[in-house]
Amino acid sequence: MSSFWTIWVSVLTLGTLIGCYLLLRMCLKNFAGVPEGESMGHTFDGIEELNNPLPKWWSNFFLLTIIWGFGYIAVYGLGGWNGLSGWQSSNQGILNLAESKEKSALAKETGMLVQYDREVSAADEKYGPIFEAYAAQSIEALAGNEEALKVGQRLFLQNCSQCHGSDARGTTGFPNLTDKDWLYGGSPEMIKASIMDGRKANGMMAWSAALGGEQGVKEVAAFVLSLSGREVDATAAEAGKVKFAMCAACHGAEGKGSVEMGIPLGAPNLTDNVWLYGGSQRAVETSIANGRAGVMPAWDKILGEQKVHVISAYVYSLSQK
Amino acid sequence: MTTTLDHPSYNFNVVRQFTVMTVIWGIVGTLVGVLIAAQLIWPALNFETPWLTYSRLRPLHTNAVIFAFGTSALFATSYYVVQRTCKTTLFGGKLAAFTFWGWQAVIVLAVITLPLGYTSSKEYAELEWPIDILIAVVWVSYAIVFFGTLVKRKTSHIYVANWFFGGFILTVAVLHIGNSMVIPVSMMKSYSIYSGAIDAMMQWWYGHNAVGFLLTAGFLGMMYYFVPKQAERPVYSYRLSIVHFWALVSLYIWAGPHHLHYTALPDWAQSVGMVMSIVLFLPSWGGMINGIMTLSGAWHKLRHDPILRFLIVSLSFYGMSTFEGPMMAIKSVNALSHYTDWTIGHVHSGALGWVAMVSIGAMYHLIPVLFNQGRMYSIRLINIHFWMHTAGIILYIVAMWISGVMQGLMWRAVNTDGTLTYSFVESLIASKPFYFIRFVGGVLVVAGFILMAYNMFKTIRAKDGSLKPVDVA
Repeated sequence: MSSFWTIWVSVLTLGTLIGCYLLLRMCLKNFAGVPEGESMGHTFDGIEELNNPLPKWWSNFFLLTIIWGFGYIAVYGLGGWNGLSGWQSSNQGILNLAESKEKSALAKETGMLVQYDREVSAADEKYGPIFEAYAAQSIEALAGNEEALKVGQRLFLQNCSQCHGSDARGTTGFPNLTDKDWLYGGSPEMIKASIMDGRKANGMMAWSAALGGEQGVKEVAAFVLSLSGREVDATAAEAGKVKFAMCAACHGAEGKGSVEMGIPLGAPNLTDNVWLYGGSQRAVETSIANGRAGVMPAWDKILGEQKVHVISAYVYSLSQK
Repeated sequence: MTTTLDHPSYNFNVVRQFTVMTVIWGIVGTLVGVLIAAQLIWPALNFETPWLTYSRLRPLHTNAVIFAFGTSALFATSYYVVQRTCKTTLFGGKLAAFTFWGWQAVIVLAVITLPLGYTSSKEYAELEWPIDILIAVVWVSYAIVFFGTLVKRKTSHIYVANWFFGGFILTVAVLHIGNSMVIPVSMMKSYSIYSGAIDAMMQWWYGHNAVGFLLTAGFLGMMYYFVPKQAERPVYSYRLSIVHFWALVSLYIWAGPHHLHYTALPDWAQSVGMVMSIVLFLPSWGGMINGIMTLSGAWHKLRHDPILRFLIVSLSFYGMSTFEGPMMAIKSVNALSHYTDWTIGHVHSGALGWVAMVSIGAMYHLIPVLFNQGRMYSIRLINIHFWMHTAGIILYIVAMWISGVMQGLMWRAVNTDGTLTYSFVESLIASKPFYFIRFVGGVLVVAGFILMAYNMFKTIRAKDGSLKPVDVA
């Protein structure tokens, strides 16, 4: 903040408090020109005003809060100044995570930690060993450890349930994690990789133009639905089958998805009647015509690998039942 | 006891219009509130209709109670009080009528656009820019009428009620225009000219002072006329009026940052917001002391006069919420209370307890005077309204206190492994019974308002002067 604004706000703040003090002092004296307790002598629509003194407890208490106000500002600062204590809730003026980490590292060296860093390092110290011990075990082993699963479930509820649901069964656009149907593979390693680095669907493109508009989309949708054994218009499906060659690059010639082919494209299996964006004729047509682009955020930088490890074990356990 | 109309030259027409609309908007605003309270228990009540979803009706509820009900009450009482205490009719001729029709147009536009989903997304300032411009025009006209009347007053001094009305009118103009500065991109969409933390600071500078000036200073103006008038007692202390008025208006304007504790707002700004909020505590209480002590020597009147009871209990709620507010502005208390139902409880002890009760009391005093009667149609109904309203508030705020503190404690509970003990959904389930209690409280408040409307229409329709004042001992 420029020095002008620091001075501006400081003068106004302190001026307001000083003004309150002077006002109080003025009104403690009887300046009204009539004896205390008597009427001021003017009436408004029949209403009179008495010249009673300020209640003592009230004026003393008011004075006390003003003095306390000056004290608090002295300790905690004003404008660009950090106050006598130098206390800060968090690093000020930070624009991104990297800057924040840089400042925290610097603060650790000098020992001038902000409150947030102090709390985080206290938590790391206290809870770190628990997660370190979990990290030393494999995900399969943790999936059989009831205590670890409880921790994993709580982390899931706090961080993952917003999209995947409290029961991890997902909803439209957010995969069900309990059904053994995986977009990127259900091995412990793949699950952990999905959580650590996130996933951005390589892109179900918008196929409307390439398929020659509405008719083409309808035909491919009919064929796709037929793969899951759904009742469809046979002629449309037959026409769609030819066009499906374009889809095979990601979904495989038989439409069994990229996991089946062993490549992490995130292209779903189309033969199992599990539909991430809805399985109605219309929803499938929309997916084909306009494409889909789901994003799973990366949790490495937010939760750290050790916590992701425990969450992975919990998610892995869900499909092992 | 009510005052009969002794100055027929006063412009009471606009006061009558605003008075009637106050009661009607009171029903509408609280009814929408009860509906959204019910939606939190029975989500199906949005009927799968976008226009009836919680997210769109909630701003409609807040706008309806603050700007339709509360502000109509302020228009009515300020126009009434400024004329009577300045012994002169309203300045500006037809401008006063324009403020009535203009303001009602603003409200109707809000009722249409908010459910349709048009919003600037600024809390208590959701209306889009064309409506904001209309508000600014009406508000400046209001200021011209009010201050014009003060200028041509026939009394030597300006009565304390008018200091508060004047302070509120002036500051709300500045707040509204300052916070609503936007760049329009279409007829119903705009973007704020501020960005990031500065936008947040502007918003809460506005937001908290909507509370501070509109809902506090404005209603203190109302209190300073109707409490001494209804109690027929002099105001307790002129000097207390001076110190608490100036301290209140100069401190309140700083308190906004306490809405942004532990956010991207710089630490020092949060500290200033907290300091000013706490120093504000005693000046706020100055108004309560002055109001309640005005009753000294006339306490017995509370036993017979339900109107006075409304006014005095409103001051008790005022005192309670102006103690609670500074306390919640303390950073470490705020760390528990912020984002919980405690805040909702606090707001409603202010809105239903202070704002609504002082307005209801003032309306019951005003209606007979404005419609040439000695008293309201039924004093008994006023009494029933009083108890329904009081019971409703108590159910409401106690439920929200418990629910809020519980939420705050559940959200921060940590296991031995450092993970949070409860998921958000678990805290919601725990709150559900309290949402029901809140709903019941809300139903009582709405029912009370409906009684009031019935009582008002009976009073208006009675033959002039046929309702004789009751002799209260």
